[in-house]
Amino acid sequence: MSGHSTYTPKSGFEKWIDQRLPLPRLMHDTMQTFPTPRNLNIWYTFGGILTFCLAVQIVTGIVLAMHYVANADLAFESVERIMRDVNYGWLMRFVHSNGASMFFLAVYIHMFRGLYYGSYKAPRELIWILGVLIYLLMMATAFFGYVLPWGQMSFWGATVITNLFSAIPYVGPHIATWLWGDFAVGDATLNRFFSLHYLLPFIIAAVVGLHIWALHVPGNNNPLGIDVKSPQDTLPFHPYYTVKDAFYLCLFVIVFAGFVFYAPNFFGNPDNYVQANPLVTPPDIVPEWYLLPFYAMLRSIPNKLMGVIVMGGAIVTLFLIPWLDTSRVRSCRFRPLMKQFFWALVVDCIILGYCGAQSVDAAAFGIPLVWVARLASVYYYAFFWLIMPIVGLIETPKKLPASIAQSVLGDSAAAAAE
Amino acid sequence: MTDTTHDAGTRRDFLYVASGAMGAVGVAAAAWPLIDQMNPSAAALALASTEIDISAVQAGQQIVYKWRGHPLFVRRRTPAEIAAAKAVDVSSLPDPLARNANLPDNAQATDADRTIKPEVLVLIGVCTHLGCTPTVSTPTAVEGEYGGWLCHCHGSQYDTAGRIRKGPAPQNLAVPPYAFLSDTRIKVG
Repeated sequence: MSGHSTYTPKSGFEKWIDQRLPLPRLMHDTMQTFPTPRNLNIWYTFGGILTFCLAVQIVTGIVLAMHYVANADLAFESVERIMRDVNYGWLMRFVHSNGASMFFLAVYIHMFRGLYYGSYKAPRELIWILGVLIYLLMMATAFFGYVLPWGQMSFWGATVITNLFSAIPYVGPHIATWLWGDFAVGDATLNRFFSLHYLLPFIIAAVVGLHIWALHVPGNNNPLGIDVKSPQDTLPFHPYYTVKDAFYLCLFVIVFAGFVFYAPNFFGNPDNYVQANPLVTPPDIVPEWYLLPFYAMLRSIPNKLMGVIVMGGAIVTLFLIPWLDTSRVRSCRFRPLMKQFFWALVVDCIILGYCGAQSVDAAAFGIPLVWVARLASVYYYAFFWLIMPIVGLIETPKKLPASIAQSVLGDSAAAAAE
Repeated sequence: MTDTTHDAGTRRDFLYVASGAMGAVGVAAAAWPLIDQMNPSAAALALASTEIDISAVQAGQQIVYKWRGHPLFVRRRTPAEIAAAKAVDVSSLPDPLARNANLPDNAQATDADRTIKPEVLVLIGVCTHLGCTPTVSTPTAVEGEYGGWLCHCHGSQYDTAGRIRKGPAPQNLAVPPYAFLSDTRIKVG
């Protein structure tokens, strides 16, 4: 998509195509010869894994939509029919529902990898921002999808999430009514959520296209966080990274299949096997695991509007990371101080997730979890708004290697290669 | 072509601005139906009022009915519960307004302003935080610290008049428009 093209059409047909719609040239330059840093590790294979996840969700989703009925009276039953009567319906549904969890698992690894190696730093700010946008779209899509089976968690999750908008002063209640198409979550809500759940994955696919386009302008960052300086620093994408991506994709699919075939309800909530009842809220309503950290933030604030602001701000903050980090060094490998704060953030997010999964009045070791969640929320914000800007200024980074080739091959081999 | 330049702008400038403005109006006019179609339909707006026989509700008990898609709480309060609600200083409440559709908007959240008959409390059973249905206290299982309702979603606590006392909910449980048709029948809506 950028730089010099090495594509040479061989046959007359290829030449004919190349002059009219140079799609083979695009594929050749981006997926075959694209110069990729030679030191990419396992954590860089998750981009390909995520593309796979999106494809799986779209394919299984289209199949499920052939059997699903978006009607408040029939939806729950139609999902049960998919599970029991439709040929391989159980497989399609379990792949789709576990696929959402796998998708988020992969995206969190992908995001933390970007955070650790400074992949959001110049000139890759837009790649990061498009990525956060994809993440937001994924959350919306997953939320809409979770409502569709019309179980108790579907219904009350939809009620709680749409009520978040009612916290907005003055117009909030009108926005909530507009989202519902009624005065409560009901049939109108279910129908529009189905429509949007079908639409958004294609929007995600489009933004993924932009994400990859933006990636192919500066090229990949790498674990050293230093720029590619010479051809010795890179390898052609194919076969080196097509095979590496494929290998780790296989391992990922084994884990995926493990859940689908041996623990298909591991990520699910038993309450969602009870049909939606607008008169009874389940005793403990929890969102899907991938939203728990944000949910914990929401619950830890004893004020409706502030809770919503803190939760929304946690996501908005992610968009600003490229400008909050003041460090000149990208990779945490050479940032001894930042590395520790980074791992503390990972633990912090897990703690938030744990707090979000427990009931409101729960305690651990005699400490009310609401206070644990408050502290963890403070650290989350502090990491991005205080630690990132300050540590970038005061930290003395370790010495960077001269080049990727030198770091990978050693001094003599790199010199010989030149 | 003759020279069409004038101080007030050319014929081309006029066409440029006019077509641009027309286009903007056209886009807005086309967008509005696409946005407004998501608002409640005529069927959803045609809200029937409901008549409810409340004779089955015993003292200390609550029965949940359905009204406008929402749970409707009818609770027959015991004298002790009424006394507890009356004893509260209104100025100490997080939400000092009655939120009673049968009274002016600025009515105060005294116990008298929350009911028509003190022993019968009629509420919309939707937590004013994020819309869950709060769980009612019974003589054997008290929910929350105030003997009223506890919302298990995010921990909001309501007292025996359905007023918010603790937790993230910003408002008292709403009192719907209703009237007594007889001692045992009410009309809601």
